[in-house]
Amino acid sequence: MNPTFGSILIKVLAGALQSSTILLFPTLGEVLTERSGVLNLGLEGLMLIGAFFGFLGAMKTGNPYVGLLIGMAAAAAAAAILAFICVTLRGNQTVTGLALTIFGTGLTGFYGDRWVSQRLATAIKPMAIPGLSRIPVLGPILFSQDLIVYAGYILVALFWFLLFKTKAGVHLRAVGDNAKAADAMGINVVGTRYFWTILGGALAGAGGAYITCGIHPYWLNGITSGRGWIAVALVVFAMWNPLNAFLGSFLFGSIEALQLQLQAGGTYINSALLSMLPYLTTFAVIIVATVIVRVRHVGTPKELGIPYAREER
Amino acid sequence: MKFLKASLVVLLAVMFVVGSTGCKTATTPPPATKKLKVAFVYVGPHNDGGYSQAHEEGRLYLQQNDPNVETTYSESVPEGSQAEKTFRDYASAGYDLIFGTSFGFMDAMVNAAKDNPKTIFMHASGYKRADNLGTYFGRMEQPDYLSGLIAGKMTKTNKIGFVLPYSIPECIREVDSFTVGVREVNPNATVTVVYTNSWFDPATEGNAAKSLLNQNCDIIASGVDSPAPLDAAFAAGKYGIGYDMDMAAGMKTDAEKKSVLTSRIWHWGPYYLKVAKSVEDGTWTSGDYWGGMADGIVDLAPISSAVPQEVIDYVNTRKQLILDGKYTPFDGPMVNQKGETIVPAGTTMSDADQLNLQWFVQGVIGDIPKSGS
Repeated sequence: MNPTFGSILIKVLAGALQSSTILLFPTLGEVLTERSGVLNLGLEGLMLIGAFFGFLGAMKTGNPYVGLLIGMAAAAAAAAILAFICVTLRGNQTVTGLALTIFGTGLTGFYGDRWVSQRLATAIKPMAIPGLSRIPVLGPILFSQDLIVYAGYILVALFWFLLFKTKAGVHLRAVGDNAKAADAMGINVVGTRYFWTILGGALAGAGGAYITCGIHPYWLNGITSGRGWIAVALVVFAMWNPLNAFLGSFLFGSIEALQLQLQAGGTYINSALLSMLPYLTTFAVIIVATVIVRVRHVGTPKELGIPYAREER
Repeated sequence: MKFLKASLVVLLAVMFVVGSTGCKTATTPPPATKKLKVAFVYVGPHNDGGYSQAHEEGRLYLQQNDPNVETTYSESVPEGSQAEKTFRDYASAGYDLIFGTSFGFMDAMVNAAKDNPKTIFMHASGYKRADNLGTYFGRMEQPDYLSGLIAGKMTKTNKIGFVLPYSIPECIREVDSFTVGVREVNPNATVTVVYTNSWFDPATEGNAAKSLLNQNCDIIASGVDSPAPLDAAFAAGKYGIGYDMDMAAGMKTDAEKKSVLTSRIWHWGPYYLKVAKSVEDGTWTSGDYWGGMADGIVDLAPISSAVPQEVIDYVNTRKQLILDGKYTPFDGPMVNQKGETIVPAGTTMSDADQLNLQWFVQGVIGDIPKSGS
């Protein structure tokens, strides 16, 4: 009569993969942005911009996929403001990123006012991959999802390959590690930083728009509820590696889903304590990652957050 | 709209300065032609789809049904000094009656009321009163109980889920009265509680409902503002019970509407009208008002066509008993999770005990977290 533990676990992990895709896109984007040497703390604001304009686009066009692209474009435009201030004007990246978050919250709250609680007629729906979704255990978890989750798999592999196996990846890392040397090699430092900041913004927007075009097909102010900040922490967890970004997002998504499932199963662990778990993990991960980074020197772009000016020196 | 609001605040501030420096002699126009000026102060946006919006609809109801009032509102007012300024500004601007709808406005309203004895203040959910400061709230537990009757009759797995934000007394009262209803018609059914530990997080609220559905719960009652738990229930082919507003009304398709069995709703309009009328005819006095379904302040939204007529009939008989004052969900015997009788038969839990409620009744699966344990 009652569902077995195994069948529940499969459902929990399948659901966790959806939640983790919300985190995966902004995390992936930020990995690339930071690899180019730009710190973007505006992820939460960019996710909200993506979520609202994605919703609006889906509402107006009737197509949630088009909506998602519109959300990405809006977030990319907002990230371009950050790129202009941080790269061209060489402004303080921490302050600019925080300002972008506040801007995104205000902008979407203002224009979103009259759209609150309105619903999309069609949202992004799961599409099981024929064949693969039949594989026991892995099929229902990995291959019975929607197109956005599948796009996440592809982007992780693509960006990993690009970052570590192509010339473009070498250039990107060079810009983040030593902009002066990269410039001397003839790499366009400003162009590289602009490109990856704007692309990172678009991906953050995709994470937000995935909420409103897929998981919860309506707009509510502040619908991302702080997930942009978890993504900022996940970049450290991932040690600036796209593959780890996937693992980290999935781990975080699973912890949330599991703590709720434990409660529903009647396990009496203080639920406030369980709700702390993702954040405790963030601490642990930052401590461990920082130690590993210090020992093995992997990941952290050496000139992260430092503006580059050719004429100095 | 925001610009207008901002201008209004500036205008009020100017009026405050002018009012307090010079023109004191000319501030009493003849009462016969004067409209009653009523202001509402909300803690959230007027269209939050939940608590504040329910009050906003009450304001609109008042405006439509009483031609002799003039109303306005301030939204997203933070609790604390900002709130106190808002209340003082309205009082100085000549508003006769000011409603504050959040518990956290309490001290701000006490202070503002002290300095503006001619203005009448009404505070929702508070307990501090003065000659010109009254308190009011609604007994949501009555519709909670009735929706529990429906859930108890409709469940096939005998497992019902309840998504809660926090374990504060207001939320515990809802779960307890709901469960009393469930067990009255179905002694084998249980109500499993999952906390989201957040006032607002639709993604987690949806996931909380999913975790309950995974455990074979086939009805999800929502104690949170977003429709996410109801969506999760519908997606799983199960039923949901909404909160704050008629959540079926917000759904797109007929199948979605049908999956929302009912909602427990706030209905402030008639009460606001009553208060405004009593101020107009000079019969208003300060006091505490904790109204129930008989006053129309809380209600059950229209019941889904998925529910059989005999169940609706039963709910209506019980509703009549509540309306006649012959029954409350806190009538004994009330038994806690350990099986101990806390409220003996023939007695009713006092309002004070209800306001501090910190235990679940038998049939609830879940814990009330103690801090730090």
